[in-house]
Amino acid sequence: MKPAFSVILLTTLIGAAQGLLVAVYGADVAGRLGFTDAPGRGFVVTGAAIAVVLAALGLLASFWHLGRPERAWRAATMWRTSWLSREVIVLPGFLATTFAYGAGSLWGAAWTPLAGALALACCVALFVCTGMIYACLRFLQEWASPLTVLNFTLLGCASGFTLATALAAFGLADDHAAALGTWAIGLAATALAVRAAMLARNARLRPRSTLQSATGVRHPRLAQTSQGLMGGSFNTREFMHGRSRAFLRGIKWAFLVLAFPVPVLMLFLGLLYGSVLLLVAAFIVQYAGLLCERWFFFAQANHPQNLYYQVIS
Amino acid sequence: MTQLALVIDLNVCVGCHACVTSCKEWNTSGVAGFLTDENPYDADPTGTFFNRVQTYEAGAYPDTETVHFPKSCLHCEEPPCVPVCPTGASYKRKEDGIVLVDYDRCIGCKYCAWACPYGVREIDERQQVMKKCTLCVDRIYDTALPEAQRKPACVLACPTSARLFGDVHDADSEVSQAIRERGGYPLMPEWGTQPANHYLPRRRTGCGVSEEEVARRDGPLASDGRVPGTLAALIAEAEATASGGR
Repeated sequence: MKPAFSVILLTTLIGAAQGLLVAVYGADVAGRLGFTDAPGRGFVVTGAAIAVVLAALGLLASFWHLGRPERAWRAATMWRTSWLSREVIVLPGFLATTFAYGAGSLWGAAWTPLAGALALACCVALFVCTGMIYACLRFLQEWASPLTVLNFTLLGCASGFTLATALAAFGLADDHAAALGTWAIGLAATALAVRAAMLARNARLRPRSTLQSATGVRHPRLAQTSQGLMGGSFNTREFMHGRSRAFLRGIKWAFLVLAFPVPVLMLFLGLLYGSVLLLVAAFIVQYAGLLCERWFFFAQANHPQNLYYQVIS
Repeated sequence: MTQLALVIDLNVCVGCHACVTSCKEWNTSGVAGFLTDENPYDADPTGTFFNRVQTYEAGAYPDTETVHFPKSCLHCEEPPCVPVCPTGASYKRKEDGIVLVDYDRCIGCKYCAWACPYGVREIDERQQVMKKCTLCVDRIYDTALPEAQRKPACVLACPTSARLFGDVHDADSEVSQAIRERGGYPLMPEWGTQPANHYLPRRRTGCGVSEEEVARRDGPLASDGRVPGTLAALIAEAEATASGGR
């Protein structure tokens, strides 16, 4: 598939927003239950506000993907069958509940915990919807796995917790920074394990469709001599990334380094030396790594329609 | 229930692209608006088509066979493109099984094209909506047309009658008989999409006349020394004319 930058931005931005909400709400609940000190209103409000901004930017990026953005509201209609439609409903739901949670925390409203719980529910549902949009396409074998949903969830949480750590260390909840940072490191490690499992699975995939099954011509030696067009078409533009194997490998190593060990090291050092700058940089580096990860996620998926578009005569 | 479909005979298709051009001509002129072309007379021409003819070569030189392969929407009985559509713009008609796109509802998210393993949906780059074969739904029911012309444009254009059109759920239809008796098959059966369109495979072509049929005594070509009737009469007439002059 050709990676669409709008979708890369959408999935990484809302992932970080969701992870941040989980981190903030988690710290808030831990405080309310008496496991830790309360993280303070500033941390919760700022965290929720940043989560809303990130998710709103993601929503904005998703419009950029549409050919007819003015009709986007129609996308909420087919939630019974379409994961995309479900995401279209849940994403504004996440925005609204997270906003309510932040506003409730700001005013100290009694319903704040309820808003937070609803935001968390929307957050989980959104992870599932976003992942399932890709995982439900059974003939895109690289995506058709529960690992896809798990990967989106873990990477979102890891980046969100990294951001929450930086936020806490910014003076909003200093005594929570270490705990949040530990979670961020743990989540990044788990996400790396899942992503590595995905890479291993995809490396061993055998395409179920072949030129023989695509055309019904059963000869073992079969090759296309003409795809029926000369100047390219939607089929040659949308489904092929057009990059070399070396470029793909480069992006893979870029995200394996940038999204996992480097931010983990920066988190560790940042917490050790109490450097907010290093913690903020950890999030920026990790986010850049996740952009590479998402690019690779799309580029690696091999659409069976490409079998029909191999040769221009 | 009716399921309209095309059955394409690869044994007869000569790869002339007449179905492609007549499809484009009919569907770019319809009420649904034009089918965009970019740089049609320039370098890198590209555009939206419902139907493409591709060519494949089987075997290794010199024992090769060229297969021309027309490809358009297969109007699957389990269309994977329909349930993923977030707006309901993509739908399958209950009455005749045609898979259609409501161009006024489509938001151009391209998710249906991702969900189609056959690559038969193409976005219109100008109108930014998804387009695909409609089985010429705007002509097959048009009572203003003579009944013989109420068929998809591609079927009418095919000079070798490689394209059959009909109801594959009617066991007695021409298309069902062709599928049954001439080895009709669907594309990529592994995904369970149950395409309604079927393809008829290449067959070995032979002479089909045996020695005995030619040599048998009552056969029209029997070589028993006598000249066949009509020719014999002509020869007799010519001889009579020649002798009359003597």
